[in-house]
Amino acid sequence: MTPFCRLRSHALPFLEDRVDTDVIFPARFLLLMQRGDMGRYFFHDRRIDPDGGAIDGNPFDDPRHAGAQIMLAGADFGSGSSREQAVWALTGFGIRCVIAESFGEIFAANCLRNGVLAIVQPRAVVERLAILESPLEIDLEAQTIGADGESIPFDIAPSHRERLLKGWDDIDLIMEHEGARIAVFEAQQRQVQPWLYGADA
Amino acid sequence: MSGRTLYRKLWDTHVVRDYGDGSALLYVDRHLLQETSTHQSFVGLREAGRVARRTETHLAVPDHGVPTTDRSAPIADGLAAAQVEALKVNARDFGIAHIDLDDARQGIVHVIGPERGFTLPGITLACGDSHTSTHGAFGALAFGIGASDCATVVATQCLVQQRAKTLEVRLEGRPGQWVGAKDYALALIGRHGTGFATGHAIEYRGRAVDAMTMAARMTLCNMSIEAGARVGMIAPDETTFAWLEGRPHAPRGKMWEHALDYWRTLPSDGDASYDRTIELDVEGLAPQVTWGTSPQDALSIEGRVPHPDDAPDRGEAERRRRALDYMGLAAGMALQDIVIDRAFIGSCTNGRIEDLRAAADVAQGRRVSSRVRAIVVPGSTGVKRQAEAEGLDRIFLDAGFEWRHSGCSMCVAMNADRLEAGERCASTSNRNFEGRQGRGGRTHLMSPAMAAAAAIAGHLVDVREMAS
Ligand code: SF4
Repeated sequence: MTPFCRLRSHALPFLEDRVDTDVIFPARFLLLMQRGDMGRYFFHDRRIDPDGGAIDGNPFDDPRHAGAQIMLAGADFGSGSSREQAVWALTGFGIRCVIAESFGEIFAANCLRNGVLAIVQPRAVVERLAILESPLEIDLEAQTIGADGESIPFDIAPSHRERLLKGWDDIDLIMEHEGARIAVFEAQQRQVQPWLYGADA
Repeated sequence: MSGRTLYRKLWDTHVVRDYGDGSALLYVDRHLLQETSTHQSFVGLREAGRVARRTETHLAVPDHGVPTTDRSAPIADGLAAAQVEALKVNARDFGIAHIDLDDARQGIVHVIGPERGFTLPGITLACGDSHTSTHGAFGALAFGIGASDCATVVATQCLVQQRAKTLEVRLEGRPGQWVGAKDYALALIGRHGTGFATGHAIEYRGRAVDAMTMAARMTLCNMSIEAGARVGMIAPDETTFAWLEGRPHAPRGKMWEHALDYWRTLPSDGDASYDRTIELDVEGLAPQVTWGTSPQDALSIEGRVPHPDDAPDRGEAERRRRALDYMGLAAGMALQDIVIDRAFIGSCTNGRIEDLRAAADVAQGRRVSSRVRAIVVPGSTGVKRQAEAEGLDRIFLDAGFEWRHSGCSMCVAMNADRLEAGERCASTSNRNFEGRQGRGGRTHLMSPAMAAAAAIAGHLVDVREMAS
């Protein structure tokens, strides 16, 4: 996974509340199995009408936001379905950081697994960032959002921060460091709940 | 030391390593897989040359995109067929048990896990699907994950997880006839908002919960995710044990006795405390329906579509305006005046035999409105056969409902079962999001009895009046 350290980019504002993953990545595209081109389906039904024409005035295709790597969102962003395709579509579209009032929990976990920084900020701050003309500067090491000369701090769990900074992959980490502990756990659990280790479990 | 909650006991007994910042490496006892969320997991595992650590802890079944009409012919939709096939190949290559489409054990993951006794009290269970919270009804710590995590579970049997805060939801009182778990879930979310349980593991308790059947408990835990919680659970009790005994994967004989002794230690201690508590008195609660595009847009069937300007803040007013526009409804109209085109009875929320019995009770001797197309989709092939043995299929067919094979169907509209743009549906599923049942489709969530009643009336209606 690509490490995340600093990011300087214009932001794509989309401040609707309770944007669920069905809106971010409509279910019918879940039938696609290739991960590569999922960026095309990012917010598909807000961008393309049923006849295949572009929907006017949508922020995703607004040239002012072209190339944005930061997205600004409202409350409960990414709630609903656990589909990781929503995050693959987001990264496929070019976004590496989302600043929202709050996130759906599984969506936030999926962001972390894909090197996307999910930052929580109060509504007033998100609204203020949304009207800035200048680019934002995210510094994960320092845990700050640089905005028009101002430096806004943000919180992140230390273990999440380290994982993003180093670009670590969970399986590698667990296999490398925890193999012995897992074996000990299994041996103990087998004593307490032997039925979980039956042949026909 | 003060007592521990059910959640904390399950958490503590599954920590492989505590990272000290509220997160831990957690052991995952059981893993369910379906076709739409796991293909990329296996792509990654193959690329890295990894194998399954414990093959016997996984169970794979196709459910999301499968056809519910003809099962004798190959799947017509090439993409769905490829995905169903890929799941089979992935399971085979990694030595994981797989249930095929024509197998009598097939069904929606969250229906067959319990049905097989694969879901047990005291375990951790993960699945690449947000409604994994359903399994919490058995006193399991069950949660939805993404595709990357599915791969991690296969390779390591573990996940890095953040410990949640605890939220006690107390349900007290006795419900009236035709009011049950779906109404409780919608009422809770309607009153407290979809985010009310974010960051929390819910434990449902109280007299109304004690009195619930396992099917009802599953319905309630299922919709915890709509409240923002990844986990919803209920302590195992005699109802749980009676339901599980004799199921294919449940322990037997002496092992069953041994398991019972252990499971009886799981309920929250008397002096355990929760981070938050909310209460709902179900006495006098009316059947609930949704009017908008979020599960929190739930109101009593006696109510009216709200005015956006009455919203607590600007953002919510804006969201409601958008929802009204999408739903094609006018503020102030009576919910009972909402005319429907379709009805869907099924899904992991309400596709169990008890749900079909409730709907059949309403349908018996009545006719589906001539303007409505109504389908009944059992949650599993097992449920379908049970219903047929009880003659429920005849009741539905005679009333003008279509009787289908099991699968997610119109809950997620990944197969041929979907709404056309502008069509309006009374649905027993769990999400009324924009486009959830088909692009431009309009969803009203409600219980199976309420959906059957709406199918018959041709509009939303209070089942208590129809059935009395
Ligand atoms: S029935 Fe609906 S909510 Fe349940 S697993 Fe299937 S798609 Fe998901």
